[in-house]
Amino acid sequence: MSTAAPASALPSYDDAIARYEPVIGLETHVELGTVSKMFCGCATAFGAEPNTQVCPVCLGLPGSLPVVNEAAVRFAVLIGLALHCEIAPWCRFARKNYFYPDMPKNYQISQYDEPLCTNGWLDVEVEGEIHRVGITRVHMEEDTGKSLHVGGATGRIHGATHSLVDYNRAGIPLVEIVTEPDVRSPEVARAYVDELRELIRALGVSDVRMEQGSLRCDANASLRLRPAPGEPDAPFGTRTETKNLNSLRSVERAVRYEITRQAALLDDGERIIQETRHFDEGAGRTSSGRSKEEATDYRYFPEPDLTPLELSAEYVDEQRAALPELPAARRARLIAEHGYTARDLVDMRNAGVLDLVEQTVAAGAASPAAARKWWLNELARRASDTGAAPADLAITPADVARITVLVAGGELTDALARKVIDGVLAGEGTPDEVVAGRGLAVVADDGALTAAVDAAIAGAPDIAEKVRGGKLNAVGPLVGAVMKAMKGQADAATVRGLLLERLGTS
Amino acid sequence: MTDHPTSPVPAPAPSAVGGAAGSPGAAGTAGGDTVRLSAAATAAAIAAGELSAVEATQAALERIAKVDDTIHAFLHVDAEGALSAARRVDERRAAGETLGPLAGVPLALKDVLATRGMPTTCGSRILEGWQAPYDATVVSRLRAADVVLLGKVNMDEFAMGSSTENSAYGPTRNPWDTTRIPGGSSGGSAAAVAAFEAPLAIGTDTGGSIRQPAAVCGLVGVKPTYGGVSRYGLVAFSSSLDQAGPLARTVTDAALLHTAIAGHDPLDSTSVDLPVPAVVAAAARRDVRGVRVGVVRELSGAGYDPGVRAAFAAAVETLTELGAEIVEVSCPHFTYALPAYYLIAPSECSSNLARFDAMRFGLRVGDDGEAGAEEVMSRTREAGFGPEVKRRIILGTYALSSGYYDAYYGQAQKVRTLISRDFAAAYEQVDVLVSPTTPTPAFPIGAKVDDPVAMYLSDLATIPSNLAGGPAMSLPAGLADGLPVGIQIMAPTFADDRLYLVGGALEEALDDRRGHPLLDEIPAL
Ligand SMILES: [Zn+2]
Repeated sequence: MSTAAPASALPSYDDAIARYEPVIGLETHVELGTVSKMFCGCATAFGAEPNTQVCPVCLGLPGSLPVVNEAAVRFAVLIGLALHCEIAPWCRFARKNYFYPDMPKNYQISQYDEPLCTNGWLDVEVEGEIHRVGITRVHMEEDTGKSLHVGGATGRIHGATHSLVDYNRAGIPLVEIVTEPDVRSPEVARAYVDELRELIRALGVSDVRMEQGSLRCDANASLRLRPAPGEPDAPFGTRTETKNLNSLRSVERAVRYEITRQAALLDDGERIIQETRHFDEGAGRTSSGRSKEEATDYRYFPEPDLTPLELSAEYVDEQRAALPELPAARRARLIAEHGYTARDLVDMRNAGVLDLVEQTVAAGAASPAAARKWWLNELARRASDTGAAPADLAITPADVARITVLVAGGELTDALARKVIDGVLAGEGTPDEVVAGRGLAVVADDGALTAAVDAAIAGAPDIAEKVRGGKLNAVGPLVGAVMKAMKGQADAATVRGLLLERLGTS
Repeated sequence: MTDHPTSPVPAPAPSAVGGAAGSPGAAGTAGGDTVRLSAAATAAAIAAGELSAVEATQAALERIAKVDDTIHAFLHVDAEGALSAARRVDERRAAGETLGPLAGVPLALKDVLATRGMPTTCGSRILEGWQAPYDATVVSRLRAADVVLLGKVNMDEFAMGSSTENSAYGPTRNPWDTTRIPGGSSGGSAAAVAAFEAPLAIGTDTGGSIRQPAAVCGLVGVKPTYGGVSRYGLVAFSSSLDQAGPLARTVTDAALLHTAIAGHDPLDSTSVDLPVPAVVAAAARRDVRGVRVGVVRELSGAGYDPGVRAAFAAAVETLTELGAEIVEVSCPHFTYALPAYYLIAPSECSSNLARFDAMRFGLRVGDDGEAGAEEVMSRTREAGFGPEVKRRIILGTYALSSGYYDAYYGQAQKVRTLISRDFAAAYEQVDVLVSPTTPTPAFPIGAKVDDPVAMYLSDLATIPSNLAGGPAMSLPAGLADGLPVGIQIMAPTFADDRLYLVGGALEEALDDRRGHPLLDEIPAL
């Protein structure tokens, strides 16, 4: 038996890839964000009460018939075009037959040998290097319902006393995006899914939330011996398919584990079983699912309830013209126009502020760097403190742009700017209104400041003495006293300079 | 569900609308004669105030109460629903509203159409007691046309069969000879109309299931062009072949019903967005001079009973006398229609019937708290499906299997293309094609139950039209040994009006020659 863990200890990952080349392909399911389901008018909102978004069609009641959602077709075409695919002028749906309680008709309407989109690619960047991943096909299908297994220890079917099925998800439109076996490392696998997610998010056709299952990934992996110099590539090895990876980290970890597991088996002279495997996030390991020998024969045949889908060249051209700027092009533009680094872009994107930063620059920010700084360092933190997305904060890019201008003009210090942000978030109005309302402008009047400095020194002669004696760091409490007297409307660095000057130490 | 009507038929009651509808003029048509009226005559009498819809409905219900213990056409009689629908028609007429051409006419629905407020069983145990939460488009159109739905009628389980013996609720009997089958799968529909329980019925036709029962019960039955009538709510047997259509006693009645149910439906993607062919006008033309009629050589020779051939020849002769041009045409691939059909239909049914799994509706067997879902599905399907349904599911599952698909389903689809080409070539020479509808008249109940292939041969002549999608009609041609036989008229897709043009003229001429409609010769029950 070689379906379980290999007999000998797993080699290190570095050791494994020194000898074996991983060959990886990815199958990604994306739930499309259409208002209604793939073949009926039911709503698709996530999180509704179970079985409230159902009808005779998506429940598979006798006599009901599917009708294709045109928005879903358009979304799938947009994905195909963004992935540089050919869009079939004529294609069909097919039935994939298998019995499962959460599948209402006991067949899934999918596409088989006549997919909507074929033969595309996506470029993925890892550590400055571009990897082109071939896209074999993009096809449309419907999602299944969701089973909830009750009474068992783990929520899995094993050991459960009964199961409940929620059909709200049944019939939600999906696309399946299948790559060529072009990926050669777990890092590229992860970066591919990441880039694909960005691409689909940019198209606005799905919310691509892996944790909610609106983007799900299966990874196929096999190993082959690295050829000696000058030798041709070895043929592909037997692959396994690890199902339902629900985070970017899981994609990378699962593939990495499979590489070491398969390497150990091959080292032991065993063969790899072609099978599906499950990834246990807690243990960081994959375990055997069903093998190909037991695999279901899906008995695909053309769906007779639907007429073939015929898309005119004009229609496809219209969709091509409607494509928004795609992530790779946008990144190149932002680097060229705004001087950001690739790292900056990754940070801003991960913080969920890239759009906001761009809008802030467009709204007249003092500089792209300032826009980035305020969103990334200040506002993203405040959003995460409250559990909100930065875009949901009660401050607009125009507000932030104005604040950066005020700071650049010396009218606000960073500390004052934070108070202005407090005011804006508290609903006190625009930055200018908050500055006026709270009286937050930097006080440049030397007279008031000098008086406050003198008062602070007079009020703490012992501290003043220490500073005079050379303990410059002791000046802190005096700075605090001045700032308090000035109600914060002074620049702390300026105050410190004035104090030291007054005490004859600068 | 029992083997008898599930709703008691009420005793004759006074008309709910009283004197207005029960005018003296109705005296001549009420009672026994009312049920013998054609649908057109019933509607005309109601519109003229000579008969109320309630009277027409009560007459039908009384007739059902009288004869259905013998015939067993009905699985469910909705007396209350029918009478209240009839009452609304009478009220609307009293209010001066213009009524549709079938308003107040009673009708029997094949139990394969989803119908609110009534069970929908498909003749199967697996759907025993199931109530559809929605109306099939055909049903909602009938309701909108003020047709009175009497109830649901018997059928071969899931429309698989040619005798109605495959119903889980017992066989229906042929009103011409109650020891014989009424045809199938729409045997309940045909028997109800032939036994004067209803002037109209809806059937469905996948391989001949309207035309074959119409032929052996002496009725007019039409399979419209595929896509002409919505399949939404028609519980699918074979999606690419199924089509609902009318059964009636006259060509005009069939045309009226055809018109009421046809037309584009956005809920059915295979429904075509074309105007409904002008079948009522075509039925009224009664002139076939110059119409080119092709006799299909492959559908009239060996395998057809002498009596069937004689009646068919006489009907063709009548067409000649009416001025039609008769040509013999060859459709060589029709020979392969039957095997192709018995790959395509079971393949599609094996998938269509997968949803009957005890999870969401219908029968559930063996859910003992121990068995898992898969086991409950298996036990339910074992107990809920009859032998013919299982036979076809197994056949279809095999034909679609990996490695066999090309040899079976793929090959059958190629035959289908060849048959369509045969039709296309024939229609370059002729306007319609004709053949006997069935190889034999009605056979005795039980005669073929143990020989599925002999049973399958009943649909030899009707299957090509399902495979190619074109419309076809069966019209009473005459009797053979005292039993009705039909002539089949076939036309190109979307030329359904040609069936009615030729059918209307031929019906009139045959009735004239006979001196009366064929159904007048049916023995009293
Ligand atoms: Zn729905």
